[in-house]
Amino acid sequence: MKSAVITFPGSNCDRDMDVALKKFGFKNKMVWHQDVELPKSDLIVLPGGFSYGDYLRCGSMASKSKIMQSVINFANSGGMVMGICNGFQILVEAGLVPGVLLRNKYLEFICKNVFVKISDKDNAYFKNIKNNVLELHIAHNEGNYFCTNDQLKEIEDNSQVAINYCNNEGKIEQPFNPNGSIKNIAGIFNKKKNVLGMMPHPERMIDSSLSGEDGSLFFKNLLNNIK
Amino acid sequence: MKISVIITLKKDVLDPQGKVIHQALDGMGFNDVSEVRQGKYFEIDTKETDPKKAKDKVEEMCKKLLANLVIENYKIIDAE
Repeated sequence: MKSAVITFPGSNCDRDMDVALKKFGFKNKMVWHQDVELPKSDLIVLPGGFSYGDYLRCGSMASKSKIMQSVINFANSGGMVMGICNGFQILVEAGLVPGVLLRNKYLEFICKNVFVKISDKDNAYFKNIKNNVLELHIAHNEGNYFCTNDQLKEIEDNSQVAINYCNNEGKIEQPFNPNGSIKNIAGIFNKKKNVLGMMPHPERMIDSSLSGEDGSLFFKNLLNNIK
Repeated sequence: MKISVIITLKKDVLDPQGKVIHQALDGMGFNDVSEVRQGKYFEIDTKETDPKKAKDKVEEMCKKLLANLVIENYKIIDAE
């Protein structure tokens, strides 16, 4: 399976993602944001970081970079595109997933492990994961998911919510919401569910001695689902 | 020709920064402030000399990049 990770100026999780994808069997290529064409890939990843120093709005400048037109075309033709953290912010700014990510409710940069509940398994990203709850890492200043009431209704009607912040038992409640996101939303799909944006970093949870392996579950499963 | 743009958060979008600024003002003795909303201001110097055309271009810039219309409104305030 072939994947490609896009590096923007200010990306800093691109190499972590490269390591994770390769560890679980993807043939990964790194792609520079000024490139025009994508290599032949089954999965495109927009990594975390601080592209363009978060100027204007997080992800807004990166969403207009040269390679993004190819990423948008790839997504619109059904290709799998995953945006993690800053990558999620780039996806919303590119209009590939609905909504927007605001500054965290309590104005803090949050860096910690959280639990997320998989809210939809009818998609290539989470299908066949046995666990309903994953422990993943978040590190962000703007992860407060917001959308209009009309958008929220549409998102819920189409089961586009991918994961929600919860406790270790999978309870989705306000005390387990780290950043103020509407309905504890931590990740969402586009309508066709080939595009996934999420704040947590699965690539940081792939080593039993360093972090825990819930990210490994995600990547192993992803590879099997794409095969 | 210089054109200015003001971007503000929509009414129902939470503005935690504005809230903190409000609290600080309150602590400094400015007690009659009822709300503070933080926004952005742009000055765009364009080669276009026709005011109508320049304004239309800036409006396009607002829609495509300067504002995120899910959460923000834009106002072109100064087409000289």
